[in-house]
Amino acid sequence: MQKFLFDINRDPELQRQCRADLPAILKRYELSGEERGALEAGDIGLIYVLGANGQLLMHYAAFLGMPWADYLGAMRSGVTRHGPVRAGVYSMTTRLDEKVADL
Amino acid sequence: MSLVFAGICSHAPGITGRAQMADQAMREEFYRAYHGMGEALAAAQPEVLIIVAAEHFANFFMNNMPAFAVGMAGSYEGPIEDPQWLGIPRVTIPGNAPLSLRLIRDMMQTVDLSYAEEWKFDHGVMVPLSFLTPRYDLPVIPVNINCQGPPLAPLHRAWALGEALRRAADSSPERIALVGTGGISHWPATPDSGRVNEPWDREFLRRWQSNDKAAMLSYTDEGTYREAGQGGFEIRTLISIAAAARGQGRVQHYRPIPIFAVGCTVATMSIGA
Ligand SMILES: [Fe+2]
Repeated sequence: MQKFLFDINRDPELQRQCRADLPAILKRYELSGEERGALEAGDIGLIYVLGANGQLLMHYAAFLGMPWADYLGAMRSGVTRHGPVRAGVYSMTTRLDEKVADL
Repeated sequence: MSLVFAGICSHAPGITGRAQMADQAMREEFYRAYHGMGEALAAAQPEVLIIVAAEHFANFFMNNMPAFAVGMAGSYEGPIEDPQWLGIPRVTIPGNAPLSLRLIRDMMQTVDLSYAEEWKFDHGVMVPLSFLTPRYDLPVIPVNINCQGPPLAPLHRAWALGEALRRAADSSPERIALVGTGGISHWPATPDSGRVNEPWDREFLRRWQSNDKAAMLSYTDEGTYREAGQGGFEIRTLISIAAAARGQGRVQHYRPIPIFAVGCTVATMSIGA
């Protein structure tokens, strides 16, 4: 999943292809059903919980046209819906209702 | 010649990308200090700027992750991110491939390095350059320390990297400026973005300013992760600058600005013998 995010973040041509037919592009990647579903739905909260590194994910959120406050909110709502982050070092350390970004 | 300038600074993308969302007075004060560092750098009349950064999956990924990498290109392009998102236009920045080659050869005597003839700058380099050399006319040589994808090089190896950089700079005729950028505590790109551990940062800066090697190397990644977040792993870049400069530090600016997601830092270090 992170490999897809890495690839799309650095390749404008792949970004264009994903806008045209995302499921077709995702077929090239080894993904669990949950990962594929989250990516196809643009579910930033679930992608976050599944363990995507924030440095990859924030650019994908921007690619989807998501403003900063919405990106932070989407991750928080992901944790609310699906529980704590399952892998990696970008887990949430604050309370669900905490606001730290001055937004 | 050798090092003619050393300093450290923050590179969070919000510094430029979310500039308008910050309190104006706080932003201006920080920007003034950052530009001031650029003036001090220019006054040292460097021929090249080595920037030790911690990139965020712009060039290197978990399929093949170097602990340390040095750029060896004739020029570099950046930012790799959407220029509008980052608030920095895409430009080409000159490199210095022959000097890169000499530095890498010398550094390899004590540190195993990767080199890269292709390298795109992300915010970790572009945000500093946008303040320090806003015309992007000073040749740059990027050095990267993996601070993103654990396992990470131990802190004492970041120190060894800095020592190798200094030794290589000492044997070069060029006037070289050295800037490290990363940390200090922060939780970037997570829901905690904006969280900063100010006491932890101030204690780190105290150790850095007095160039207390033992105190800087006594941090553990477990402790750093707990107290300073995964963004805290980037102290490696700052530690390498202290090892290279061998001087005493002075902090020109430190203040957390939550919408920038970091304790905004500008500091310089004298060049010790
Ligand atoms: Fe960073």
